[in-house]
Amino acid sequence: MASPALVEVALRTYRSMLLCRVLEGRLGSLYRAGGRIVGGVYLSTGQEAFSASLAVHLQPGKDVYGPLIRDQAGRIAFGQPILHSVRTYFGSAAGPMRGRDGNVHWGCPAEGMPVMISHLGSLVSVVSGMLLARRMKGEVGMVGATTIGDGGTSTGAFHEALNQAAVEKLPLVVAVANNQFAYSTGNERQFACENLADRAAGYGVEGYRVDGTDLLSCLETFRTAVDRARAGGGPQLVVGNLLRLAGHGEHDDAPYVPEALRESDLGRDCMQKSAEFLTTSGWTTEKEIAQWKQEAAREVEEAVVTASGEAGPDPFATEWHALSNTDLSEGINVP
Amino acid sequence: MPASRNATNLKEGAKKAAITKGITYLEAICAAQRRVLEEHPEVFIYGQDVGAFGGAFKATKGLAQDFPGRVLDAPISEDAMVGLAVGAAIEGMRPILEMQFADFSSAGFNQIINQAATHFWRTAVPVPIVIRLPSGGTSGSGPFHSQSMESLYAQYPGLVVVCPATVEDAYCMLREAVRIDDPVLFFEHKYLYYHLKAESLPEDTLPIGKARVVRSGRHATVVTYSAMLHEALLSAEGMAKDGYEIEVVDLRSVKPIDTDTVLASVARTGRLLVVGEAFPWGGVTSEVIARVAGEGFHLLDAPPQRLNAKDTPIPYHPDLWKAHRPTSGAITAELQRLLGF
Repeated sequence: MASPALVEVALRTYRSMLLCRVLEGRLGSLYRAGGRIVGGVYLSTGQEAFSASLAVHLQPGKDVYGPLIRDQAGRIAFGQPILHSVRTYFGSAAGPMRGRDGNVHWGCPAEGMPVMISHLGSLVSVVSGMLLARRMKGEVGMVGATTIGDGGTSTGAFHEALNQAAVEKLPLVVAVANNQFAYSTGNERQFACENLADRAAGYGVEGYRVDGTDLLSCLETFRTAVDRARAGGGPQLVVGNLLRLAGHGEHDDAPYVPEALRESDLGRDCMQKSAEFLTTSGWTTEKEIAQWKQEAAREVEEAVVTASGEAGPDPFATEWHALSNTDLSEGINVP
Repeated sequence: MPASRNATNLKEGAKKAAITKGITYLEAICAAQRRVLEEHPEVFIYGQDVGAFGGAFKATKGLAQDFPGRVLDAPISEDAMVGLAVGAAIEGMRPILEMQFADFSSAGFNQIINQAATHFWRTAVPVPIVIRLPSGGTSGSGPFHSQSMESLYAQYPGLVVVCPATVEDAYCMLREAVRIDDPVLFFEHKYLYYHLKAESLPEDTLPIGKARVVRSGRHATVVTYSAMLHEALLSAEGMAKDGYEIEVVDLRSVKPIDTDTVLASVARTGRLLVVGEAFPWGGVTSEVIARVAGEGFHLLDAPPQRLNAKDTPIPYHPDLWKAHRPTSGAITAELQRLLGF
């Protein structure tokens, strides 16, 4: 018999995944329709269970969460409103990035959610810095978590940051979503070790491998990793094996993914798998899921309507200063 | 660790400095850090060997002992050092990073220009970081321990770039840099570490962003900064014997550039030579000339000139090195050419 707490967490995670899937479906449509979304659209299809299972174990206000490109489900599970995502895709002046950055590049640094840059691996040490600062200020019991893909683990920045976090024994959880492809490049051209989790020993951190398509395994693994980090066990490296069920972006139909891989267990959709598990376990019903889906669709539509009515940034009213100290800014003074 | 990371070539200079009394440029930097650690609980220092060892140049000597837990040794990971500083700054800390040599900041370049420099513009959350960069050439240091990278960083929006040329400025500008809410790249010149001395350290000086007219003149203006200030002053002294009065302007900060002070000087002299130790393509010297040409063309009696290091990597042998960087002799030759127009 599963504990009521586990059931509650599993259902909360699943609802985050569901809202993510509905939202991303809408963003994909908007991209294909053209017009409202300026740049690309990057979806997390197939990675929702892994992403949300980490974030659901974090405490907003206490913990740090640095999401990466395919963490819309995690963002929702961490409590961030989807309106922020839609506004960022639309370049709305009312969004957290005010049209100055777009698509998946948004966060609320002052609320413990730093904003990714495109250079993979470079967010890990930023999360570490936030944790170190909090430790210096005497805070205890906090955790920082961030995610990366299989390709991102090949960067020097990732290596430096994981080593640094291990040296400082920071309460950091790094989730590696091994979705088999860095854009089009497969694992065999990305790394030569058997499993990326094997690297944990080399860094002197805890390593875990998990089926990233399986909700319960993800929840249990991340709960253990987050608890250990929180208890002072130092950095934790969780590697999830899964398959990206979309292109790198919506511009990419991913012809490089072999059909056999799509049809293997790895290619099973975590949404469907989770729904089957939750209903057969009696934790929820198909009827309830259908209702959640409707609620998600309504929530997404509200966000899209709200953001659609908002103006973009006004180039004539924008303060063209890259420094907070405008006395030292050359922004508007240079002839 | 490569043997070249040792600062053995500078030990001789340190011995010389010990002979006469006074506070060196290097001691001023150490004193400024001690002061900000005392004054601001948000300050901590992070860099390779900065802890108990006191830094490769001893710029953090004694600080780890006196401020436990606030002066931390970093692994040889410039990228992660800067990333960590950005994260800490988001949380309200004011980290000072020491790059062991400015040259190695290239290994942290991405975090500096893409993470730190873009942060305020993108998120409205400023990141108050000071990155100290032991910079510039010293005899025998070679291509990877001698670079002047201020022009490179000044190109990027979101960074303040300063190059103190005196003991007093090193002390005051470092303390001010820590109070600035934005990332400040603090280029401290290794040649000046032991060569300059002050009787005492002032409480205040000109603010960052203001240039200083160090020597008044009426025949030509030399605009420069950092170690080149002293080469320019030597040259001006020599020229005075021939009856030429050369005005020398120390930029102090290269981003922002105090264009007004430069233009006012050119208005007095009508002739401009800009000297920098960085490589010649683009950079601070070009920028000053572009501004004077754009805003003060009518003030010029001769085409503005500039003098930089040569467009090759920085050489190891002292004879090559002396010919590579601008010296007082080279500045004098340029000034004579400028005065001949």
